[in-house]
Amino acid sequence: MAAGGASIATTLAAKYSTLLWLAAALVLFAALPLAHPPLFFESFLYLIFFWIALATSWAILSGFTGYVSFGHGAFYGVGMYAMADLGPRLPLPVALLAGGALAALLGICIGAVVFRVRRLRGELFALLTLALAIVLATIVLNTPIDGGPGVFLSDVRPPKIYSNASSTIYLAGASVAIASLAVAWLIQRSKFGRGLFAISDDEDVAEILGVPTFASKLAAIAISSFIAGVIGAVHAVFVSYVTVGETFSISVPLFVLMMSVLGGARRWWGPAIGAILVTTLSYSFVSGDFALAARALIGLTLVLASLFLPEGVAGLVEKARRAWRPTAASQAPAAEPRIAALRPDPARLDTKTPALLEARNVRLAFRGVQALDGVDLIIRQGEILGLVGPNGSGKSTLINVLSGLYKADSGQVILEGRDLSLTPGHLRARLGVARTFQIPRPFARQSVLDNAMIPAMFGASALDSAAARKGAMEALRFVGLAERADAMPAMLNLHQRKFLELARALASDAKLIMLDEVLAGLTPREIADAVDMVRRIHARGATILFVEHNMRAVLELTDRLIVMNRGRLIADGPPHDVVRDPAVVAAYLGAPHAEG
Amino acid sequence: MSATLFGQSVLSGLFSGCLYGLLGLGLTLSWRFLRIINLAHFGLIFLAAYLTYHFVQSRGVSPLLAGAGLVPLFFGLGVAQQWLFIRFRVSELPSVIVTFGLTIIIEALIQWIWSADFVRLETHLVRGSLKIGSLLAPWDELIMGGFAVASCVAVWAYLNFTWAGKALRASLDDPDIAAAFGVPNRRLALVVSGAAAAFAAMGGVFVALLYTLTPSQIYSWLGVVIAVVLLGGLGRPLGVLAAGLLVGVAEAVTMALVEPAWAPIAPFSLLIAVLVLWPERI
Repeated sequence: MAAGGASIATTLAAKYSTLLWLAAALVLFAALPLAHPPLFFESFLYLIFFWIALATSWAILSGFTGYVSFGHGAFYGVGMYAMADLGPRLPLPVALLAGGALAALLGICIGAVVFRVRRLRGELFALLTLALAIVLATIVLNTPIDGGPGVFLSDVRPPKIYSNASSTIYLAGASVAIASLAVAWLIQRSKFGRGLFAISDDEDVAEILGVPTFASKLAAIAISSFIAGVIGAVHAVFVSYVTVGETFSISVPLFVLMMSVLGGARRWWGPAIGAILVTTLSYSFVSGDFALAARALIGLTLVLASLFLPEGVAGLVEKARRAWRPTAASQAPAAEPRIAALRPDPARLDTKTPALLEARNVRLAFRGVQALDGVDLIIRQGEILGLVGPNGSGKSTLINVLSGLYKADSGQVILEGRDLSLTPGHLRARLGVARTFQIPRPFARQSVLDNAMIPAMFGASALDSAAARKGAMEALRFVGLAERADAMPAMLNLHQRKFLELARALASDAKLIMLDEVLAGLTPREIADAVDMVRRIHARGATILFVEHNMRAVLELTDRLIVMNRGRLIADGPPHDVVRDPAVVAAYLGAPHAEG
Repeated sequence: MSATLFGQSVLSGLFSGCLYGLLGLGLTLSWRFLRIINLAHFGLIFLAAYLTYHFVQSRGVSPLLAGAGLVPLFFGLGVAQQWLFIRFRVSELPSVIVTFGLTIIIEALIQWIWSADFVRLETHLVRGSLKIGSLLAPWDELIMGGFAVASCVAVWAYLNFTWAGKALRASLDDPDIAAAFGVPNRRLALVVSGAAAAFAAMGGVFVALLYTLTPSQIYSWLGVVIAVVLLGGLGRPLGVLAAGLLVGVAEAVTMALVEPAWAPIAPFSLLIAVLVLWPERI
């Protein structure tokens, strides 16, 4: 019993060793004032902590999701002015939290407006946040919040913990910085964090694989702005005099950006490295001409770092580390795939088989082009339904509507009797709808295994990360990519990337898998492999919508065939009958002339 | 407020709008056609302004002559910058960081040579003002406006009516296909970047003529000109001019009717409204 408890404790300690290290660092830094270091040393360390907290908060939003914020000056400014206003009236910790909460509120409001626009391009988000910071600065300057001359915080008296009050601010800075590192670490290894990284690589695909993109982005901006607000409030007490010019100046977000880029914004510890480097650098040259030289040096560092170190110091270290350790995949046993012999009974062609998914009168127009012109469609439980049609007939658009990537202008999509018309893509994935993309869209900056883990965690199976790793590995083994689990997508050929798409659909444990031209671009041999693969996926119990141009494969695989032309369904029935249908022949070859 | 005073502030808004258009012209071109968000554009503008100040004040060169020398020089700088970006395959987001680094270097250089003190050129191209009814239009501002409008119209005509302009737009849609049809992508990119920097030089001459200079002002122009570029629609020379005029007048009216300190609200509220209401417009 005691031994069991001890072993659990050891496992937990191993799992959270990073947190223990951070806690130890905090204790060490908190004890520092007892040694009576020179005063400037404390304030130097405080500045490092200040920038670590701010850069880390920036990275949680911008490094992890890829939405670069130029507006962190605004969040931090809210914290500063909150402290200036509330500090004299409230206990210090309450005022700090209030600064964070107000900043988070601003962040959530901005996010709720901005992130509603899906696929708002990254640089537009950046400029929007820049604009917001300027608007906020103007408001603060012209209202009694500041009014122009700046605000003195002489009435804010931090409690004395050590012999003088400035040590308290140092302590607060250290706590916020280390807490923000802990938060970033927790996020990076959590399911939520994986979702954020997926968003930064390809937001649409993330949503379709089940990542709640809107909520995730909102949570990221809330956490990020909260930390920025708290450290802003601390900093207001440190500088003891806040002005609009200093607070909302463009240099704050740009310094933060520089530190994160230099250190590596996609790793929890990257921005801290950048913060330490840059702060030390500019602190060493504070006076006269040196200050100017330091500025030029910072500029040069920025240029060189983004040219030669696109993933920052952290990226470099990670790369070196990867080169050192043996690959995990080579150690994985190459077990034979387990194929459940679950071929549904032949009665699946029966029209009485219940519908899995149904589309009713779905319409969608793009600037006047009626891409879907009232599509009615039933996909029955357990069947392989073929969907063919000339180029531009609306097949991919239909899949986009069914998977939730596009919203139909009108009509309904019903899954097992439940109306999905207003359901966003990630919830459809949760309910068991999966798809592949005609042109494979892997998350470019994540390994093959990590790619397959996203749907395993966020899709219908909703596994925790250990189980998801297993499930993803099994899916990769199923499609024959197990040996490439550690590879990056760019190292795969087209054939393998298409199979990675299949593995992602499989890993989600979907009821319905929509395959969008999986055979296009493959060699005849690869096509044979792929057809066999589709059959095996079906044998595991999934219902399949098979969109394809290759008629031989369609006739070989499908139980039923539907044909689209100009956004409408023009035929539906047994494959061999449908291909002889005059309407279908006409759609492909044009109407016959004369009588014939 | 009297009608004359109001008219005068609208007029001054139109002039600052022209300058916004001229300063944004190079930025909108490189942003759209090179996918480079060139913050160094502002560094170049101020470098040109300080060089103009230097040659006019201490060497007695006429500002227009200084401009005539600076424009080809800056064209070369722009070409060199783009050559570097092509060499290192700098894409859109990293370009913000690289060019911000360049801007900091230029700012430090300016401060090292000319110090951080305010400087003001005491020269005019043409002294005095044109009287329009009861309104006064300074000749220097009129000349600047003329250059701004002419530049924007010329670029617009170049993009729409010449072979090179069409090739440029084709290579934007699909560089590989355009290259297959014989479009020299690389050379066009170098030319666009050179032209953008040349417009920065032209803008810089007028900034020196019309404004007091200090190195840190690089950043005060940055926000509003970027807002103008986005409002005008990327890669649209007439759009950037129209947006510049709109923002200039909106600022001037806010200053006149509300208070000068509220002026920044105008362009950025406009920008936020456009980004939120029509994100696909940009």
